[in-house]
Amino acid sequence: MRYLSPASFDDAIAQAAQAPGVTRFLAGGTDVLVQMRADIVTPDTLIDIKKIPGTHDIARAPDGGWTIGVAVTGAEMREHVDLGADWPGLVEAMDLIGSTQVQGRATLTGNLCNASPAADSVPAMIAAGVTLTVTGPEGSRTVAAEDIPTGPGQTSLARGELVTAVHIPPRGAGGGDAYLRFIPRTEMDIAVVGCGVNLTVEGDTITAARVALGAVAPTARLAPQAASAIIGTTLDDAALDALAAAASAACAPIDDKRGTVKFRTHIAGVLARRAAKIAYDRARKAQ
Amino acid sequence: MSKIHVSTTINGDTAEFLCDPRETLLDVLRDRLGLTGAKEGCGTGDCGACSVTLDGRLVCSCLVLGAEAEGREIATVEGIAPGEELHPLQRKFIEHAALQCGICTPGILVAAKALLEKNPDPTETEVRYWLAGNLCRCTGYDKIIRAVMDAAAEMREAA
Ligand code: FES
Ligand code: FES
Repeated sequence: MRYLSPASFDDAIAQAAQAPGVTRFLAGGTDVLVQMRADIVTPDTLIDIKKIPGTHDIARAPDGGWTIGVAVTGAEMREHVDLGADWPGLVEAMDLIGSTQVQGRATLTGNLCNASPAADSVPAMIAAGVTLTVTGPEGSRTVAAEDIPTGPGQTSLARGELVTAVHIPPRGAGGGDAYLRFIPRTEMDIAVVGCGVNLTVEGDTITAARVALGAVAPTARLAPQAASAIIGTTLDDAALDALAAAASAACAPIDDKRGTVKFRTHIAGVLARRAAKIAYDRARKAQ
Repeated sequence: MSKIHVSTTINGDTAEFLCDPRETLLDVLRDRLGLTGAKEGCGTGDCGACSVTLDGRLVCSCLVLGAEAEGREIATVEGIAPGEELHPLQRKFIEHAALQCGICTPGILVAAKALLEKNPDPTETEVRYWLAGNLCRCTGYDKIIRAVMDAAAEMREAA
């Protein structure tokens, strides 16, 4: 294996284009190094992107949105007070992943591109409306978070492409988000179900919403019907019931050792309800 | 396979080594530099026995490549005690009998020290969450938590 640490994305892309065999990009390494050790992936070339300027930055854009460098760790996100004030749900979702030690290395981009259906940050990113800059030999394109994973361990990135920046939209007034997951203990576990809710209110009425679910389908997915169930409402009991039913209806889970189809489908509704309440409270306080 | 030359700082001292690109920082510390304090419990980021800090940030050294150490600052359990004296955490671990086989202990000491530098007055809950990635098969954790809380109290008094 060759280890390369280019000083720019252009160099990284050129190196990837010339590299024979299997190439992997290295950010936090919390998945790649495990896969290498388990012989799941044996890269011929490993391209460490952490020496590229800007990859460690958290920056607020002029429009109030955020650009997160692809090597920014969960710990750095957690420590960023202004980011947490705008997007507490997204920051909390990232913070749920692994131990303190893993938080010191793990990145949003890695969590997304590892393409686990149970990745905690991904439903939160989808709910937030996160987009990614994807760059390759042909140039750059902007891709919505929900369009990156295509199946367990699979992404829509073409050979030689990589994510070069993460963009979180402007929070704006009256916005709030939340992410909840179910695990059978309190820490250090993989989501049986996860749900992210992001919404905007005017007064007490929800004017916009996005709901995303994790671990209930081959990829984390947007649940547009669940969002429709609460838009235009004051999150009254009828809206919450409709939300829960739509979230459960959006599930296409598997039975495995962590949960049955029936359990996951039910819990998706429960978590959608609870996450929506938290997001709604946060949004009303942010007006 | 050509080896990579790496210059780094370990416990305040400059260090240089040659490593294979696939070698982890844990492999390098133990097998090339003779720093066997960090232990390999799992090699996959699950147990915390290999904990070190990298530029002050707590990480699993089994999830860092040796090559990534270039130009960085690493701190291991070997650097915790100031000279011949034990660090308060080390003393309190002995006092509270917070270890049995000791495999998890270096990682827990490094992790606890990183916590107390960030938060000198943690609650028991904060200590338990911070150390959730440090697995111990022997002690049942209570003694570890008590030792950390006691060391934190002593360090606050001394400060
Ligand atoms: S050996 Fe690194 S976490 Fe277990
Ligand atoms: S003392 Fe044996 S593993 Fe912790």
